[in-house]
Amino acid sequence: MAVMPFAVAAERELADGQLRANLGRATRTIRDKRARVVAEVADWEPMRDRAAAVKDEVLDNLAELLARFEAAAVAAGAVVHHAQDAAHANAIVTGLVQGQRAESVVKIKSMATQEIGLNEALEAAGITPIETDLAELIVQLADDTPSHILVPAIHYNRSQIRELFARRMPGFTATSDEPAVLAGAAREYLRRTFLAAKVAVCGANFAIAETGSLVIVESEGNGRMCLTLPETLIAVVGVEKLLPRFADLGDFLRLLPRSSTGERMNPYTSIFTGVTPGDGPQRLHIVLLDNGRTQVAQDPVGRAALRCIRCSACLNVCPVYERAGGHAYGSVYPGPIGAILSPQLTGQDAGFNKTLPYASTLCGACYDVCPVKINIPEILVHLRQTGPKPVAERAAMSTLSWVMRDRRRWRAALRAARSGSAPLRLIARRHGGTLRRAPWPLSAWTAHRDAPLPAAESFRDWWRRTHEQS
Amino acid sequence: MRIALFVTCLNDALFPQAGIATVALLERLGHTVAFPAAQSCCGQMHANTGYAAPARQLERLTEAAFAGHDVIVSPSGSCVAHLRAHTALPAYELSELLVDVLGVTDVGATFPHRVTYHPTCHGLRALRLGDRPATLLRAVKGLDLIDLPEPEQCCGFGGTFALKNAAVSGAMLADKIANAESTGAEYLAAADNSCLAHIGGGLARHPRAPKPIHYAEILAATGALS
Ligand code: SF4
Repeated sequence: MAVMPFAVAAERELADGQLRANLGRATRTIRDKRARVVAEVADWEPMRDRAAAVKDEVLDNLAELLARFEAAAVAAGAVVHHAQDAAHANAIVTGLVQGQRAESVVKIKSMATQEIGLNEALEAAGITPIETDLAELIVQLADDTPSHILVPAIHYNRSQIRELFARRMPGFTATSDEPAVLAGAAREYLRRTFLAAKVAVCGANFAIAETGSLVIVESEGNGRMCLTLPETLIAVVGVEKLLPRFADLGDFLRLLPRSSTGERMNPYTSIFTGVTPGDGPQRLHIVLLDNGRTQVAQDPVGRAALRCIRCSACLNVCPVYERAGGHAYGSVYPGPIGAILSPQLTGQDAGFNKTLPYASTLCGACYDVCPVKINIPEILVHLRQTGPKPVAERAAMSTLSWVMRDRRRWRAALRAARSGSAPLRLIARRHGGTLRRAPWPLSAWTAHRDAPLPAAESFRDWWRRTHEQS
Repeated sequence: MRIALFVTCLNDALFPQAGIATVALLERLGHTVAFPAAQSCCGQMHANTGYAAPARQLERLTEAAFAGHDVIVSPSGSCVAHLRAHTALPAYELSELLVDVLGVTDVGATFPHRVTYHPTCHGLRALRLGDRPATLLRAVKGLDLIDLPEPEQCCGFGGTFALKNAAVSGAMLADKIANAESTGAEYLAAADNSCLAHIGGGLARHPRAPKPIHYAEILAATGALS
């Protein structure tokens, strides 16, 4: 994926009319569905508060809860690994797959494995990763990257998918682009793969410290196949996925499907604990992934981003995401959550990360829908304040504030702006008082809209004339 | 009641009519308006663009300018939201002052025009103004309030977002303008001249689109505008 500043990438994506139409239709549908099913739940708001509090409890007690999870999982027969960063996690997983002499692995859709670039690492070691989530499979067959957390192929429509299957899926012969036909073809292709697989790789939506259990929430049943058929199962789990107690899970299983797919209940929820002899995988490896999370948990404002349960409700309501699409964010996590998570996890100075906190109007629609009440606008502003800034802008901002802090300077500035713009006012009169074309840097403004001009009399001059000189 | 006006830097310099209308309206309702001259900017633009230190200085300056005032009104939803989050000042957005503090919904205005109202993000989600502005507008004599489609959609302004992400901002603006045009209204009203500068700048390029107006000017009006 080419990495470029958000504004440049977004402008390129905006020019793609097909992409805009696909995205606009898809996000509007999910967003309306979500609004309907959330409105049905009388205790939605207190539930969001509880969920946020549970996640904050996890962040406050991360080390202790990780130790409790590990002890419980090991007691149930799992092997637990700790990975500091992406390279470390990839090395652990690759080593485990090689230990089983497997040439391929089946995968359940997982953001954590995308975050660490596991597929690329496996391929480099000669192992073929096979995505089994339909949308992930589409993206993989197209040699593309996902553009949405939950609906990775949201930027494709069904005729584009049919054409892709015809080109890349062995044995595909269908001529219809009915969703059922396309899904049926994918199912047949995947069924053969499941039965032959020796190793599966998954993530987890939740990890219960009390019992050592992992929880996976999915819609297609491909997860069930991966979790039960192969002999070896490797789970890559971000440390923030913990929940302290099994009883905490209830709220989250109500919040997640309504927020993400707009469904009342999730179709396939798998909860598994360790190894059961003679039933399911006989080797369970859990790789607990840090990759910057402990660091983020130290930031009193930014840490709330770690509450995220990857529902993608914030993407679906974001007016910027809807127009720019997921690829413009240049990171594994797109949309509002990506704009606050990527700079924190991979560094605010890292190329495109610099521009992500600015990829928002701070309209607040994301905060309103987030099931764990992450104040995304607040974190965006926090990252803007702590991140790198252009020199010229910094100078302009401090000059402006210096002028504004003194009433004489401010009044003089208002008068200077007024007389300085007097000639412009003559030109502007033609357009009803606004300026159609301004020089750089205001040309960025007038490219899309007229600019207002300083008023002939400022408010404070009016006040002085009408209220103080009588 | 004695009410202190925080006019905001943007209105002071570019859109004094909103401040003048607020003063005229409150005086017509029998109140005394004060204008502490030491005020300038609440710091919102600095804070949101990433400059915490100058923002803090401007917040402190605003606090000092309004010290001792029990009721402060501002015709700007986003500035009130900023003051509420970063200072202890008793600041009210105009519709909050009228409906919640003064208990009026009919301010005795006349404005015989078709009007549509854009709620703005800060009014909608930071201040939760709800139907206060619409209630006030519906009581205006002669005014025909027409619903704006997709009212909750951001107009694409977002302060420096409009410059830093000009293309996306322009695309959002285009959708807002199309919705405004579809109402057939003569005026598009809002509670924030920052959003209105952006939307109005776009509307100016569409001859048949509604004209932008701050809703304070409607509430202050006593007859038709030419
Ligand atoms: S930030 Fe909130 S709304 Fe966005 S994906 Fe995470 S949990 Fe969902």
